[in-house]
Amino acid sequence: MNVTLTMAWRNLWRNGRRTWLTIAAMIFTNVLLVFLISLQLGMYDTMIENSLRAFSGQMQVQREGYLDEPRMRETIAGSSAITAMLREQLGIESITQRAQGFALASSQERSFGIQLIGVEPAYEPLVSSLPGLLGEGRWLSDSNAEEIVLGRVLARNLQVQLGDEITLLGSGADGSFAAGLATVVGILDTGLPDADRSIAQLPLGTFQSIFSMPDQAHALVFEFPDLNQVPARKSQVETLLSKKQLLAQFQLAVHDWDALQPGLRQAIMSDMVSAWFMYGILIIVVSLSVMNTQLMSVLERTREFGIMLALGIKPGRLGRLVLLETLIMSLLGMFIGIFIGYLLVAWFAHTGFTFAGMAEAAAKYNMDEYMYPQASLLSLFWGPGTVFIGGMLAAIYPALKLQRMHPIEAMRAV
Amino acid sequence: MASVSCKDLCKTFSQGDTTITGLDKVSLEIERGSFLCLSGPSGSGKTTLLNAIGGLDQPDSGSISIGELRVDQMSKTELAEMRLHSIGFVFQAYNLIPVLSALENVEFVMQVQGVPAGQRRDKAMAILAEVGLAGMEQRLPAQLSGGQQQRVAVARAIVSEPALVLADEPTANLDSKTSAQLMDLFIELNQTRNITFIIATHDTRVMAYCRRLIRMVDGQIVGDDLQEPAAAAEPS
Repeated sequence: MNVTLTMAWRNLWRNGRRTWLTIAAMIFTNVLLVFLISLQLGMYDTMIENSLRAFSGQMQVQREGYLDEPRMRETIAGSSAITAMLREQLGIESITQRAQGFALASSQERSFGIQLIGVEPAYEPLVSSLPGLLGEGRWLSDSNAEEIVLGRVLARNLQVQLGDEITLLGSGADGSFAAGLATVVGILDTGLPDADRSIAQLPLGTFQSIFSMPDQAHALVFEFPDLNQVPARKSQVETLLSKKQLLAQFQLAVHDWDALQPGLRQAIMSDMVSAWFMYGILIIVVSLSVMNTQLMSVLERTREFGIMLALGIKPGRLGRLVLLETLIMSLLGMFIGIFIGYLLVAWFAHTGFTFAGMAEAAAKYNMDEYMYPQASLLSLFWGPGTVFIGGMLAAIYPALKLQRMHPIEAMRAV
Repeated sequence: MASVSCKDLCKTFSQGDTTITGLDKVSLEIERGSFLCLSGPSGSGKTTLLNAIGGLDQPDSGSISIGELRVDQMSKTELAEMRLHSIGFVFQAYNLIPVLSALENVEFVMQVQGVPAGQRRDKAMAILAEVGLAGMEQRLPAQLSGGQQQRVAVARAIVSEPALVLADEPTANLDSKTSAQLMDLFIELNQTRNITFIIATHDTRVMAYCRRLIRMVDGQIVGDDLQEPAAAAEPS
């Protein structure tokens, strides 16, 4: 083995307890970072998944411009045929049509302006989690049934119960007068106050009939087994629609979830920033511990360094020796930390991670009470990599101290 | 190289409010292959002169030349290069690197000099055998006696084949028998390799080995005598 490497290795174990304590601090931090980042990334995936399942879906086909300015008349004509073609070509059933419009909803007691969403009763449960959040009653039975499900708060505001009728008045896609009746068959408890205050869903056939838009929809909504499939599926759908000349003919556009819910990524980013603030403090504390160890180690060996300087060894080489010692220590801390962290993540990825009160909170949002950390190269190496860099940076100061050392004075040190 | 020339060397140190004179207009010529002693009581300037010649400390004024090199005009880096390649140091307290074995201590210097791995291993083994440490190559300094440690230090000092070895009180921590063995080794290396030895000591037994004896008091040379060495090893 190279003599410098031998010397660095043996120097580390001259004060084995101190070295192990420093490595243990690094291991602890790295395990914590690997686990927390894996949990965080796993949670983000669940958050995205849940949020998309409740609202926009993972991907939508719409008319161009509808996303920025959702106008009633911007419909996809022949939407049922396009949807059927896409289901067949993509080999998945979880594609559904939706339409939306505003109406004045009146019960016997009250009237409210609401946003109505027309959905396909058979396919909506494959794409959306809302049908599973019924607090009372049942889901919509048939595409042409005159039925409606309402959010809990909206139902209360309209003072309606299951079986009550609601009159809907608005303007149709063609500008005509739109009017219809629907019976309340279900009341949704999403746990989200905004959603409970505004959700009103009725079968697409009934919606099309009320708003004079036969076989038209505003959006085709997609749900894939894995969120990571979205980019590839988006290109596939664009190609399919383009081949059939539907993109140009109907001026259609395909939007992924990032475009549909830009706030979601921003919320995740801001959560990440606050988490990294905490991680940053942890990394600084560990780096200071490395600096303390190496500073002590340099001070203890002042005389030895003096001898080496007297023999003609340049301060830069001595500085590199200190950095090499830190490198060995940091690599040990990093790889042991990643290994233990990975085992922990693998275990909880299998069993799930939860804490007191989680089950209650999760049930409200139709979410799993267990969180599943997700090991990836990013979650395994991001935190420990930063600890490694922090440790190496912390060793620069002790290494620099050697540059100012004078051999005669150093050799006189006790 | 290795003819040493010092002219009007002056060096003072501050200790609180007091100024101590380390060297006071010291001039000295040393020929290549010399074996000389700097003697004198503590604080006479022996070590200061040795450090100045070795480039460990710069004089306040005056000049020092080793061969063609002007030591007093060199930069820190040039001085380090000179110490690494041209001068061997032997200190009072052995000063070995405690985590390295005898062999590694000698090898380390050669590694820094850029000697290829295979070559430096062979050379270090040979030089340790030459100083009488065959079979002890793998021992750490703590596993060697004082005399053996000093021999490792000598091996380390001469492994780069320097023309000049500076030894500061090399026998101060050794018993008389080990001191004699070390001085015999110095004489042998001086005679066989033509290495110039400058030894700072106040041990009269060491002085007896030297052909030239320089006496210093209060930073000045007060005596420069040639003498017949009392003991010397036969050249091998």
